[in-house]
Amino acid sequence: MTATNPAIEVAGLTKSYGDHAVLDGVDLTVPEGTVYALLGPNGAGKTTIVNILSTLLAPGDGEIRVAGFDVRREPAGVRAAIGVTGQFSAIDELLTGRENLRLMADLAHLDRAAATTAVTVMLERFDLTDAADRRAQTYSGGMKRRLDLAMTLIARPRLIFLDEPTSGLDPRSRRDLWAIVREQVADGVTVLLTTQYLEEADQLADRIGVLDKGRLVAEGTAAELKRRVPGGHVSVQFTDAAGLAAAAAAHPEATADAEALTLQVPADGSLAGLRRVLDGLDDDGVAGLTVESADLDDVFLALTGHAAEAPTAQEIPA
Amino acid sequence: MSTTYTVRDSATMLRRNLLHIRRYPSLSIMLVAQPILFLLLFVYVFGGTLGAGLPGQEGGGDRGDYLVFITPGILFMTVASVALGTAISTASDMTTGIIARFRTMNIARASVLTGHVLGAVLKTGGAVVIVAAFAFLLGFRSDAGPLGWLGAIALLILVAFSLTWLTVGMGLAADSVETASNTPLFLVILPFISSSFVPTDAMPTGLRQFAEHQPFTPMIDTLRALVTGASTDSDLWLAIGWCVLIALLGYLWSRRLFLRVPAK
Repeated sequence: MTATNPAIEVAGLTKSYGDHAVLDGVDLTVPEGTVYALLGPNGAGKTTIVNILSTLLAPGDGEIRVAGFDVRREPAGVRAAIGVTGQFSAIDELLTGRENLRLMADLAHLDRAAATTAVTVMLERFDLTDAADRRAQTYSGGMKRRLDLAMTLIARPRLIFLDEPTSGLDPRSRRDLWAIVREQVADGVTVLLTTQYLEEADQLADRIGVLDKGRLVAEGTAAELKRRVPGGHVSVQFTDAAGLAAAAAAHPEATADAEALTLQVPADGSLAGLRRVLDGLDDDGVAGLTVESADLDDVFLALTGHAAEAPTAQEIPA
Repeated sequence: MSTTYTVRDSATMLRRNLLHIRRYPSLSIMLVAQPILFLLLFVYVFGGTLGAGLPGQEGGGDRGDYLVFITPGILFMTVASVALGTAISTASDMTTGIIARFRTMNIARASVLTGHVLGAVLKTGGAVVIVAAFAFLLGFRSDAGPLGWLGAIALLILVAFSLTWLTVGMGLAADSVETASNTPLFLVILPFISSSFVPTDAMPTGLRQFAEHQPFTPMIDTLRALVTGASTDSDLWLAIGWCVLIALLGYLWSRRLFLRVPAK
């Protein structure tokens, strides 16, 4: 990680369509070799940021450097450094998996032998060898997503953008994809991903930026964000008022509910934190215990004061 | 972007388009069937009567003479028909997600379009050979030497190249695949108002003037001179001029549209 040379540097990025501001002054720094997750609901501006950083869309105002290149003045330099897997399938459905990968290898200007090797390696690694010579239109959703990602990675980009990479995938495909992203990070690749799921950001990201209506409303590690969320806590159910009172005295930061005989202790999601809560408890006095993690709705409610939702119709110009 | 990459990327995109043609043959078959149907219709339904009206022959010509007269126009129509298909395939390609991927890659930007154009020119070559073979089967014979045929092939390639750049632009400009299949229809209609099917002398004044001066007429007249072994006159240069102009405008228009179209 070289903090002096960030993979992505964004300062004061804006973008609007007519009077409708999609991005309203976004600042973002992603150091090399790290994973940054943009978390937010539909319409928050996640895809717009990815499109601007990947040179698909012209920015409004702001300074934007990707892989050290200015996106406005040196788009070719940016394109040579990045790989993009968008929300929508970017594969050629009439071609086979092998032909799709070969197309990408050739467009990445690999020489003949290197291209052939790279195609074989990617097919193997993404579990597509058996389907390699079938047309991509016959692939399942998970296979299409794997092929899509393989096409992005075959040129070995140093920086990859993943726009909602697991939306619509079943839990197993989602975990497979996470594993692939982790492998990339282990190789030193920088990742910017967007997601609607706090769990996904939590699993993959070093830092998370919460995006709401075109603004970054919070930024930090998963742990930092979750600590700011009241939904993340350990809830202890006591059998009598004395046990509750004793535990409440030991945890002044907790909220006690005398009628329900419950104590809610804010948790940071760590084992040590949980142990601190458990240590003071007497087995006889406790009827039950739940650990509740924060979800995106909790994060949003806590950070923005409103529920996560897409912009209402009247905010979008006709 | 260096020239080497431009050539290599265009070749890669051409390979992609050739695979598309192979995987989706029904569009190509339809585009070749259309001029063949016109050939049959004009020779066997109208040919006897139209042949009798051909000038320059004692007591008019017959069906066989009309076949010779109309074949160049039908070959021209074949080129126009394939060009129309290119508008459709370009428009439908632009709706696929892979185009956005290409835009984020460090490749020669126009290579996506060059791939379409080169693929279409090759497809036109194949279509013209099939339609010409069909005309021979029906009895078309000519006095043209090898040089004449080479010239005709070169001219058809040039026409295909220019019309395809135009229809690639139409495909990019269209907001839907349906629109893309309608806008280039005039390419198939215009040959009717030219010297393709009847000599322009037979038309009323206003129409005749249009038919004589529209861009397709010198192309068709030159093609006819080449495949029948007659000598080409000033029409040759006019035909080449029109092709170059249409190709250039089509290229610039397409390029601008492709670079402008935002991410979907």
